[in-house]
Amino acid sequence: MGFFERLLKIDRRIIFTFIAVAIALPLFFNVSMYVETTSEVVGIFSAVDSLSPGSKVLISFDYDPGSMPELQPMAESFLRHCFSRDLKVILMGLWPQGPLQANWALDVILNDPDIKVKNLKYGVDYVNLGYTAGNEVVIQRMGSDIHAAFPVDYYGTSLDEIPLMRGVRNFNNIDFVYNLSAGYPGTMEWVQFAADRFHARLGAGNTAVQAPLMYPYLGKKQLVGILGGMKGAAEYEVLAQRPARAVRYMFGQGISHAVVIFFVIIGNLAFFATRKKKES
Amino acid sequence: MHPSPDIGIWIGGLLTLGIFSFLYGDNPYYKFCEALFVGVSAGHWFITLFWTVFIPKLLGNIGIAIHTFRTEGFAAGMSDYMHWSYIFGGILGFLMILRLFPKIGWISRWSLAFVVGTTAGYYFINYLVSNGLMQIQKTILPLTSVGNIILVVGTFCGLIYFFFSKEHKGAFGGLARVGIWFLMITFGASFGYTVMSRMSLLIGRMDYIFGIWLGMIR
Repeated sequence: MGFFERLLKIDRRIIFTFIAVAIALPLFFNVSMYVETTSEVVGIFSAVDSLSPGSKVLISFDYDPGSMPELQPMAESFLRHCFSRDLKVILMGLWPQGPLQANWALDVILNDPDIKVKNLKYGVDYVNLGYTAGNEVVIQRMGSDIHAAFPVDYYGTSLDEIPLMRGVRNFNNIDFVYNLSAGYPGTMEWVQFAADRFHARLGAGNTAVQAPLMYPYLGKKQLVGILGGMKGAAEYEVLAQRPARAVRYMFGQGISHAVVIFFVIIGNLAFFATRKKKES
Repeated sequence: MHPSPDIGIWIGGLLTLGIFSFLYGDNPYYKFCEALFVGVSAGHWFITLFWTVFIPKLLGNIGIAIHTFRTEGFAAGMSDYMHWSYIFGGILGFLMILRLFPKIGWISRWSLAFVVGTTAGYYFINYLVSNGLMQIQKTILPLTSVGNIILVVGTFCGLIYFFFSKEHKGAFGGLARVGIWFLMITFGASFGYTVMSRMSLLIGRMDYIFGIWLGMIR
């Protein structure tokens, strides 16, 4: 058996080991990779930056712990950005676990020294509306009456008793909508119902798997910007000048991608080399 | 190295290793973890939907309807009567359960037919506007920049590839081949993103094992 034949029959567990080492090893080193920002991420960052203090931002957490490594850094950096700009934040989820993800992100950001000094108050500066069943129908209901879609918040308090929600009836009273999505219901539904039907200004953070499907929506009328996977999260951290988890993880991403590309090249070389032999 | 004193973190770490053990080969430890995951997920979803849909949406609204009828009778307003409509949803839900009984399981198709029909009608306009008309509008661009030219040519050639009423020969076939190239590049980009996504999840688990669980990463 020649060299290339052996390469083609390489045990998949050897490749798994290479990938595992390539992912795990960089975590032990405090090395940051250069992260170049793209116009899609700048679009969202600029949209938030252009909001005046006191503007209301709605964040929908449409994912669960399975997508945390990609979407939680996005949630945390976006929340920090909003609070640092003194924006009022309304959190919700179309996925049952979404409001929990929101609370985890809040726990991290409210303990950030720069945000802690602001002494933000629940119900005044931020609120968690919780989860309500109905998928895209909830978005449509929010277009006419948010209080009907969410009669009470995550803790069971009537929305009429929450100061932040008193003047908020529908998307006309919300200055920016940010959707963190890992599937259905997610960004596509927010585009179709909130952006296209009710003309909400919308940005999205997506898992890398579904990000390419959302690129056609980019444009002022549908999506002002998109954060695609961990790279998108890292870009946002760089723009906010607060490198955190996503930037730290990007070193492992880079090394593991190099390993994958190496094996793709080796596999193709071996395939074409052995094909010539077989044909002859 | 400072392992976590939290028993929950230890269980999470050991179950993660159990799932990873499948990479070496199928084994009882993996099967146990898989069965546990499926069982816990099903239980979690059942409880979540029971307390967020069945109790507040169905029983809650029917309860309001009964209470209103008992206090106000037929003098109640139209919006109060709307609470009775949830009975219709409850009946459709009940019919779905009949699937468990083979002899009368066919009745569950009524619920499915209602869901499929309403969803199709509900989505028709939204898809037409968001994924059809607006995308066509975005593709009709002046050929004044390289980006616009690539977008217009790529879309046109991609559409030609999927036009099967004419044989892909000559100039038409050439355009279809260009369309294939655009499709392949699109699939390649999607594959790249998928690799990034899977690596991100693996990084998340590795960070959990070495950082949160074993305390080996600062």
